[in-house]
Amino acid sequence: MCGIVGLFLKNPALQPELGLLTAQMLRVMTERGPDSAGFAVYGGARHGQTKITVRGLVPSDMAAFEKGLLACAGTGVTFLSRDDHTVITVPTEHEKAVRQFIAAFGHGVSFVASGDSIELYKGVGLPEDVATRFNLAGMSGTHAIGHTRMATESAVTTAGAHPFSTGPDQCLVHNGSLSNHNTLRRQLVREGLTFETENDSEVAAGYLSWRLSRGERLDEALTASLADLDGFYTFVVGTRDGFAVLRDPVACKPAVMAETDDYVAFASEYRAFAQLPGIGNATVFEPEPQRVYHWEHA
Amino acid sequence: MSNMQEIDLAECTLRDANSQLQGEDVTGAWVIRNPRGRHALAVGLTAPVDVLVDGQAGYYAAGMNQRANVTINGNAGPGVAENMMSGRVHVSGNASMAAGATGHGGLLVIDGDAGARCGISMKGIDIVVRGSVGHMSAFMAQSGTLVVCGEAGEALGDSLYEAKLFVRGDVKSLGADCEEKEMTPQDLAHLQSLLDRAGITEYPADSFRLYGSARRLYHFHVDNAAAY
Amino acid sequence: MTDNSKKIPRTKPRFSATFDPFTISEIQRAAATGIYDIRGAGTKRKLPHFDDLLFLGASISRYPLEGYRERCDTDVVLGTRFARKPIRLKTPVTIAGMSFGALSAQAKEALGRGASAVGTSTTTGDGGMTPEERGHSSILVYQYLPSRYGMNPDDLRRADAIEVVVGQGAKPGGGGMLLGQKISSRVAKMRDLPEGIDQRSACRHPDWTGPDDLEIKIEELREITNWEKPIYLKIGASRPYYDVSLAVKAGADVVVLDGMQGGTAATQEVFIEHVGLPILSAIRSAVQALQDLGMHRKVQLIVSGGIRSGADMAKALALGADAVAIGTAALVALGDQSPDLAEEYARLGTVPGAYDDWQDGRDPAGITTQDPELAARLDPVLGGRRIANYLSVMTMEAQAIARACGKSHLHNLEPEDMVALTMEAAAMTRIPLAGTEWYPGKGSF
Repeated sequence: MCGIVGLFLKNPALQPELGLLTAQMLRVMTERGPDSAGFAVYGGARHGQTKITVRGLVPSDMAAFEKGLLACAGTGVTFLSRDDHTVITVPTEHEKAVRQFIAAFGHGVSFVASGDSIELYKGVGLPEDVATRFNLAGMSGTHAIGHTRMATESAVTTAGAHPFSTGPDQCLVHNGSLSNHNTLRRQLVREGLTFETENDSEVAAGYLSWRLSRGERLDEALTASLADLDGFYTFVVGTRDGFAVLRDPVACKPAVMAETDDYVAFASEYRAFAQLPGIGNATVFEPEPQRVYHWEHA
Repeated sequence: MSNMQEIDLAECTLRDANSQLQGEDVTGAWVIRNPRGRHALAVGLTAPVDVLVDGQAGYYAAGMNQRANVTINGNAGPGVAENMMSGRVHVSGNASMAAGATGHGGLLVIDGDAGARCGISMKGIDIVVRGSVGHMSAFMAQSGTLVVCGEAGEALGDSLYEAKLFVRGDVKSLGADCEEKEMTPQDLAHLQSLLDRAGITEYPADSFRLYGSARRLYHFHVDNAAAY
Repeated sequence: MTDNSKKIPRTKPRFSATFDPFTISEIQRAAATGIYDIRGAGTKRKLPHFDDLLFLGASISRYPLEGYRERCDTDVVLGTRFARKPIRLKTPVTIAGMSFGALSAQAKEALGRGASAVGTSTTTGDGGMTPEERGHSSILVYQYLPSRYGMNPDDLRRADAIEVVVGQGAKPGGGGMLLGQKISSRVAKMRDLPEGIDQRSACRHPDWTGPDDLEIKIEELREITNWEKPIYLKIGASRPYYDVSLAVKAGADVVVLDGMQGGTAATQEVFIEHVGLPILSAIRSAVQALQDLGMHRKVQLIVSGGIRSGADMAKALALGADAVAIGTAALVALGDQSPDLAEEYARLGTVPGAYDDWQDGRDPAGITTQDPELAARLDPVLGGRRIANYLSVMTMEAQAIARACGKSHLHNLEPEDMVALTMEAAAMTRIPLAGTEWYPGKGSF
């Protein structure tokens, strides 16, 4: 039960402001989700490089971590730490080795997301504090998705915060409550997926990743979810090149979109749009139930 | 109006704003500046005042209105004018879900589109939407009138009681127990008066169709069991 | 030859435990009518209940208070979190929400009179507030339900508290149903429905779903009522830990937790008997949720569903509730199930103690009916007196137990004052099995 925001920039001139605009939208959604917050920012993709976001790396472990990374990926590795999250950029051919190293490292370090352009940050606390901790306002990029969480059935933890990333450059945020996620989780585990939390939204993310990994397009995977995911949901799904929106057939959870020549924005409530440039002239509409909305950079 | 009294939500709390408007003896014209999508704006008004919300309104704007004339100069969030008793609420932009939900009276005019479940469980309110309405509009609508100049989404008027639904454009599908009705001269006159009150002159009343309850669900019958 | 046949022992007709006579009659009824059985009252199956707990009483390690002489207070304040005008009850037992429509106007009036006489509250129901019940209830809780029948801001402001009903114990997740027989002209007018039709009401609120939207709804209700009224949130017991946590997050002043024994005016038998939690199993996790949020006693907890006596009340309070609510028991106190009505019950195909066709509107006691002749049988003044008597007895019973446990206030009862008689009750309440220090789940096996 939550607040969702998303911003997809059509006009590259706005890219330096992506983080600031997203942070403003996220803050407005505080009342919908005061427990935790998170966001994925897409951008800065470089050919042959993969970004890996990890969390829980503390300064005292940094030297050992760095040494291990150098051993499996050579000198092409770069780091950027923001609070307890670290984005590691590695040559793509070493991604697998680095992922294995991270999984084995221990010391409370866990993998968050990876891909060409995704960086993903999340934490417990008020959305504004979470955004400040990671300096969201200072980030630039092509598109971003954010979430503020009011936990329903699963625990208030960093792992339980959205977005959930279960595939390369993929992430999902959810407002609602799924009613068949336990059965679906068991099926997906049999298919070889692993889950970090008891959260229903992680199952939705895993489900989409599973379908994408079988070669389906995002719109196909989302359409299939209408048959397989039961309950109430508004999803916003991020991919390397864009984002998609889907609401369940009943569509009780709020969703509103605004489109201008410069951007497409998504939010749980209109008021999140208040500070977007040119919002007064935007086309504002509510996504229809059961319809996949999809925006992509060419 | 030149002598509008001003409330600036950038400078006062929602409680301050609403309490200034809620008294029985409040009069005149008011404007609420910087609403910024705040919820529960101008709710529970009881006096025949004019209130202009100058911008976006959040959930439940003008909720439970009695006698006041509230204009929202922008979009309205879910449940605008919910459970309105009397008076008038006018949204210049779009309204989100459940506009006019359970309203007992008064007139709600929406210049743009209304989202899903417009007029759900309405109990006497009149709603005029210049644009289109979303799915499940007028679900369980008990009485009153919903006028839609544009199109209606799926399952219009599902489980309808005695409300009347006038739609000019396409209806994606009718809900259980909702059917098209013959329009009587009284229906036409009623529709015309609502269009007049909403200031809609471009659509003639006879370009609408009327939908109402088939009354097949009023008493349980085993052959209708799937429709409950 | 006849002698010989007499000597052969005959096996007695044997009924199946699976296909027992009730089950068989239900299959026959379903096949004949094509509709599920709808009835009133609450679950009839045997469930773990307060009877499975006992108080320890005082002896040498603890000292009892002298009955009737030494003080044992019973007052409770509800709505201290945000409301500017919290409610003060003289005794922590209130009358649960029952609608005018489900009940006659006389019955509603009697409940109001009785509750007022002992300084407690009564509650409206799905169908709005009648002048009779407002007039006769010194403290009236106004229910805000999915149907919003009769909902209006004047009554909202006339109420002493507002109870946002998310669900009820008899049917968590289910909507309402009132059959045509009870939609009299007055009920129809209040609900804005055609007279005499079957009324279906929604299971979800029309303009909010989930705790994030609920928080906004509560803010609206507070803004309309000048932040004066306590806002209760009523939930059917299903996932009490999560639901109570979310009620607190959404801004409730008071949580009302209704177990599956709670009565209903009319619901599918299958819903009544197969959905929800017994109240005994729900209280501890609800209290745990409040404690985990640091809100125990700050957001008050009212529990209901099968509360019958001062002992039940004392046990609920000892488990951490702040008050209890009664519904079915109040109807019995008014005269429901009376042996005096045996002949009339027989004509309806039932017996005193088993009458549950509250939906039919033919209640010979004149309580669950809109028939003017039947309703006139209930004298609201006398009925009020019976309710007051019963509420007083419950209070005195609870005090008797509390004094025996050495408590000068009912709220000082605690889980440690009790033991469990069954493994089930011990597991559900985390109260040790009598004679042990242990409950299932404690320590390792």
